[in-house]
Amino acid sequence: MGKLAIETRGLKKSFGKTHAVAGVDLAVSAGGVYGVLGPNGAGKTTTIRMLATLLRPDAGEAQVLGYDVVRDARSVRTRVSLTGQFASVDEDLTGVENLLLLARLLGYSRPRGRRRAADLLDAFGLANAADRQVKKYSGGMRRRIDIAASLVVPPELIFLDEPTTGLDPRSRNQVWEIVRGLVAEGTTVLLTTQYLDEADQLADRIAVIDHGKVIAEGSSGQLKASFGAGSLHVRLRAPEQRAEAERVLAGVLEVQVEPSADPVALSARISDPERVARALAELSRGGIDVTEFALGQPSLDEVFLALTGHPSEETPKEDAA
Amino acid sequence: MNATSAEQASPPVTEDALRGVLLAGERPPRPGPVSTSLTFGWRALLKIKHVPEQLVDVTMFPIMFTLMFAYLFGGALAGSTQEYLQFLLPGILVQANVMITMNTGITLNTDIQKGVFDRFRSLPVWRPSPLVGALLGDLVRYSIGSAIVIMLGLVLGFRPEGGAVGVVLSVALLLVFSFCLSWLWTMLSLILRTPNSVAGVSMMVMFPLTFVSNIFVDPKTMPGWLQAVVEVNPITHLATVVRGLMDGSVPAGEIGWVLVSSVLLVAVFGPITMVLYRKKK
Repeated sequence: MGKLAIETRGLKKSFGKTHAVAGVDLAVSAGGVYGVLGPNGAGKTTTIRMLATLLRPDAGEAQVLGYDVVRDARSVRTRVSLTGQFASVDEDLTGVENLLLLARLLGYSRPRGRRRAADLLDAFGLANAADRQVKKYSGGMRRRIDIAASLVVPPELIFLDEPTTGLDPRSRNQVWEIVRGLVAEGTTVLLTTQYLDEADQLADRIAVIDHGKVIAEGSSGQLKASFGAGSLHVRLRAPEQRAEAERVLAGVLEVQVEPSADPVALSARISDPERVARALAELSRGGIDVTEFALGQPSLDEVFLALTGHPSEETPKEDAA
Repeated sequence: MNATSAEQASPPVTEDALRGVLLAGERPPRPGPVSTSLTFGWRALLKIKHVPEQLVDVTMFPIMFTLMFAYLFGGALAGSTQEYLQFLLPGILVQANVMITMNTGITLNTDIQKGVFDRFRSLPVWRPSPLVGALLGDLVRYSIGSAIVIMLGLVLGFRPEGGAVGVVLSVALLLVFSFCLSWLWTMLSLILRTPNSVAGVSMMVMFPLTFVSNIFVDPKTMPGWLQAVVEVNPITHLATVVRGLMDGSVPAGEIGWVLVSSVLLVAVFGPITMVLYRKKK
């Protein structure tokens, strides 16, 4: 692990009686993507807002790029950018006006700011929409202008708060490409997400957070490994054979086998991958037709369920703050 | 306007292009507070350009009030509309401006709700500059409002003895006072949750503030306790000053009063606003 980009100890923030963040410890190394994964209301946004100096922690400490977020807030602000979950540009203004506004605020002269705005719009495929009000942009374009606005002065660290929430798959892929591009150029990215596959795809390390606390931390592989070797998914040709198949698999694998909602499917968490081949051989010997089988690491969904005792989609209440 | 077609037409984000913008060369020097405040002022003007509807209050309010009061009360209060207009117009000018300042708080609250303020607050700029900039932009609105009232007055027969100089001076003083009073609304907009509640509370402050003054009638006919209230109301002094300047006299003492109350408004509500702004979640 190299230099730390973010380090927090016992970070806390309450709003009234709600403990939005109840003691978060993070150690994020510089470079790469760090994912903060959790359901709505887990405290992701509150954490990111404290790190971006928008909120003062009630307790605990946080250093961002070596600067204390309270005592050296200004030094932090010059080095990081925040792309919030909601509109982080002015919807009434056009794309180019928004970028020029930020460029001017960050010290560019008017001509240099104009050039910078044009370059950014080009790079993000928004040149055609430069003179259109942002409120007329599509969701994907909105997100791109949001991110472009965070790069007017390239930051060392960028916070992306749920960058793909509400986007269609195509726009989501574009955002992923942008994130990968940022990392390739050496920017550290801290992103929050409620999508497990997004954390899985993008993040080098993941902190799973629930009820304001980090409940697990590690690479996606580590998180999955700590949960078990993986799982076996089997689909049968005939639903009436499922009970029999369940008995055979349970016998060979020596673990609990779960019938899925799909009437011809079964799945089992496995501790010893070597038994899988034997289990499949047993099934075919018993005359049970298998149409499909997959052996995989557990999905982060399963990890989340195991860690929190509730599926990740639950708790649809508003994220605090 | 079809967003989808434009999106399809636009090229995808390539790694090369991204690399290009990330290697942006050296960071420009940090701008000073005046520069950032003016930039935020420019933003306010851009918003007027894109959403001209927001000028409705600065145009309709003053016209409505001038016409209503001049014709409704003129005859009863001063014997004739013409005579009352001479007394009323400077007062209406004050009221129109003070009313328009309310909008500052509503706009700011909307901004905060929308989240763009998070971006501004996370920038390494002089912290009050988004607020100061918004207020500078509002000066344009006050000027428009004032111009409308004065023009309408001239059309209806108002004749300022103080001439152009008197009129310009009184408007300048009005702008100073309005800018300072706006800090009360910025404070409110940081305390209250929705633009609607800001509007509601502002109205509750605004009505007594403008009506319990000498804008509409001479306080001599009021009961003594009310006269005392009118006497300490800064709006009364402001109206007296504007009346004086437009009439060709220079009420130096009253001008001092107005300037002192302006400074006090900023000195009290400015710092409270900034503390709230810093702590805003």
